[in-house]
Amino acid sequence: MVCIIKYNAGNIASVKNAVERLGHECIITDDKAEIRRAGKVIFPGVGEASSAMGYLKERELDTVIKSLDQPVLGICLGLQLLCRYSEEGNTNCLGIFDTTVKKFPLSDIVPHIGWNNLEHTKSSLFEGFGNDDAVYFVHSYYAEICTQTIAECDYILPFSASIQNNNFFATQFHPEKSANVGERILKNFLDL
Amino acid sequence: MLKKRIIPCLDIKDGRTVKGVNFVGLRDAGDAVELAKRYVQEGADELVFLDITATVEKRKNLTGLVEKIAREINIPFTVGGGINSVEDAQAIIKAGADKVSINTAAVNRPEIISEIASEFGNQCVVLAIDTKLENGEWTVYIHGGRTPTPLRTVDWALEGERRGAGEILLTSMNNDGTKNGFALDITAAVSTAVNIPVIASGGAGTMKHFADVFQQTRASAALAASIFHFGEISIPQLKQFLKQQNIEVRGEG
Repeated sequence: MVCIIKYNAGNIASVKNAVERLGHECIITDDKAEIRRAGKVIFPGVGEASSAMGYLKERELDTVIKSLDQPVLGICLGLQLLCRYSEEGNTNCLGIFDTTVKKFPLSDIVPHIGWNNLEHTKSSLFEGFGNDDAVYFVHSYYAEICTQTIAECDYILPFSASIQNNNFFATQFHPEKSANVGERILKNFLDL
Repeated sequence: MLKKRIIPCLDIKDGRTVKGVNFVGLRDAGDAVELAKRYVQEGADELVFLDITATVEKRKNLTGLVEKIAREINIPFTVGGGINSVEDAQAIIKAGADKVSINTAAVNRPEIISEIASEFGNQCVVLAIDTKLENGEWTVYIHGGRTPTPLRTVDWALEGERRGAGEILLTSMNNDGTKNGFALDITAAVSTAVNIPVIASGGAGTMKHFADVFQQTRASAALAASIFHFGEISIPQLKQFLKQQNIEVRGEG
């Protein structure tokens, strides 16, 4: 069973649809016991960091997430909330990844919206990923590159497109919106 | 490198059908989901669905269709047409759309831009601007291009950005339907003025028109409808052409 953590953030239904297209059962819930029991946990999110963290704390989901030992996949804001700190609303985040989240400098169009390539992919998450393959991004904040970075993207500056620490994986891009390439990445996670 | 996006636009009526489509090889040329899936397979980077349903009553069918589209396709899509309130936007986004486009409602009450943006994030709000050149000035039209407003196009785009729009969908009424190419001057002016992505729309007739808008303006994406629906230009062929012009685009699937 795949469990998607429910909180006050955007289009979670798309993630569920994508998981179901890959033939997995999937629920969206904020039930702590249910989340702890799940075989895989997906932590999605679109929205603003400080209000999302506030919501997680209110429901004690922050401690639940930090205690998970099954494979976890953060997506977009999910990746940012797994970092140490975000400039967005001066937010102390979950601290699973040893890096900080900053706002893109406005020297080019922000938000970074659209399809972009990945560089230096190094994880089973990217098995079968080709050099020309592109994935879909939409974000105004980015996680700095750190030793846990498993894929980079270059927009305005190089940033972490994907990060891993033990059982915690995360992507800044949206695998659920990245056509067949994204489906493959999601499948690689679900096959872990 | 960030890719320039190619976006087919589908007109939706009464929650089901697509008008003006003549596509060989589809079971039902009017089925929006079938057509959307076809475009995804061909390498469309995003889709826009525009609801042209006349009555509020029939519009309720739209959320059902959005749910179906969201289940079937795996690229981002925007839904627009008749979104008048945060509640309208919420229903569409909850049904699975990634973004909503707002047009007339934003001119009538600009606060709606920030209201939707603060609820769902800036990236959810596409400000659609219909613009027309008259007496040397590009101004904004509403109600599907029927009603003029005193707003100057570049000013309105800047205000939209300031209020939290994540993207601008700019349609030139002078060019729309002509197949003579995009309105390069106003697209350049708007895309230079704002620092959010601009989607150029209206007038695409040849593959070169797409190259022109990407080479001569700062547009991030280009949208077209009939030339795709009638198979005059296929998306793989278009992307091949753009690659040859050294324009960064994404391949199929």
